[in-house]
Amino acid sequence: MATPDNLILFEEDEARLAATLKRLTADAKGRATFLLDKNGRVITAAGETAGLDLTALASLVAGSAAATGSLANLVGEAEFNGLVLEGQRANLTITTLDHGLILVVLFDEKSTLGLVRFRVRRAAEEIGQAFVEIARRASRGPDQAATASQGGLSEITDDDIENLLKS
Amino acid sequence: MSFINYAAREINCKVVYYGPGLCGKTTNLQQIYAKVDPGSKGKLISLATETERTLFFDFLPLDLGSIRGFKTRFHLYTVPGQVFYDASRKLILKGSDGVIFVADSQVERMESNIESLENLEENLGDQGHSLDGMPFVLQYNKRDLPNAVSVSDMQAALNERSVPWFEACAAQGVGVFETLKGAAKLVLMDLKKKITA
Repeated sequence: MATPDNLILFEEDEARLAATLKRLTADAKGRATFLLDKNGRVITAAGETAGLDLTALASLVAGSAAATGSLANLVGEAEFNGLVLEGQRANLTITTLDHGLILVVLFDEKSTLGLVRFRVRRAAEEIGQAFVEIARRASRGPDQAATASQGGLSEITDDDIENLLKS
Repeated sequence: MSFINYAAREINCKVVYYGPGLCGKTTNLQQIYAKVDPGSKGKLISLATETERTLFFDFLPLDLGSIRGFKTRFHLYTVPGQVFYDASRKLILKGSDGVIFVADSQVERMESNIESLENLEENLGDQGHSLDGMPFVLQYNKRDLPNAVSVSDMQAALNERSVPWFEACAAQGVGVFETLKGAAKLVLMDLKKKITA
C-alpha cells in the first residue's frame, strides 16, 4: 500500500509505534530498533539510541534500501525484503515494509539473526496495522479538529514563513 | 513527501539539488555546512568516488528554526550529475518536497544544463509528478567565470516556467543561502496549502 502524500503522525500514533519498537527491541534481544520512512526520516526509535546519529543512520539506510530495491528489479524480483549487514560487534537487519517503511534492528552477540527475523515479522504486522489506520485517516483529509487541538499548524501564515527565513 | 510529527513537534521536508555534472550541487551543501551554526546541522554525508565525484548522494540535515512551535527540519540531498548515474538520481528524487536546479553558467555547459533539466522532468514524470506542480527554483551558478552566459540567455533556455531564480558563485558561498531560502519558502508555502486544503 502506498504511503500518503504527506505523512502526519500524531502523539497517539507515535506512542503506539514506540511501544511496538520497545517490545521488539526486548523480544529480539536487540540493542536498538528504528522505524524510518523510505525517504530516510526517523519515525520512531527504541533501545540504546544515545550516541547514535539517527538522522545520518536513517538517510544511509534509506539509500541502501532504495539501491537494494533497484537491484531486485534488475534481477527480476519485485523486491528483496530484507538486508543483513554483519560486523564484528554489531549487525543490522534492514527490512522493507508496506507503506514505504523500513524497520531496522541493531543487534550484537546477545541475539541471533533467526530470533531477530522472527520477532521482526510480528512487529511488522503491528506496524502495518497502525499505518493502515494512519493512511485511512490521511485519505479522509486533514482532521482539522485533531490538528488544531494538537498544534494548530493549519494556522501558519505567510508572515510566519517569512520570519522563519529572515535569519 | 513531507512528514509532520506532532509528537516530536517537527516538520520534515526533503529538498533535492539537481543539475548536470560539476555544476556545483555538492559545493552548495559544503558551503551551507561550513557556514551554519553547529547546533542547526547534522553530519554532511557524501557518498562519493575516490575522485570526489558524487556516486550516490550527499546529505545534509538542517534545522531552519521553529514555526508555530514546530521545528522545521530540511533534509538536503544532491544527486549525482553524471549522465550514467540516472538510476541513482531517480532514487534520490523520490519523495522530494522541492527541487533546486543548479545550472552551470559556462557557455559550453548549456547543452548539459538543458539535458539535465529534461532528465529531471522525465524522472519526475516517471514518478507521477511534474515540475509544474512542485516547489522548484533555479540557481545560475558560476556567474564569476569569464565564459558565463548572460542571465537573459540562461532564463530563455531554462526558465520557461518563470520560477524564482538566483545568481550564485557557490564556491565563494555567494547566492547559496538565497537559493536555499527561496526553495524553503516555496516548500513551506506548499505544505501550508496542503495542510489547509
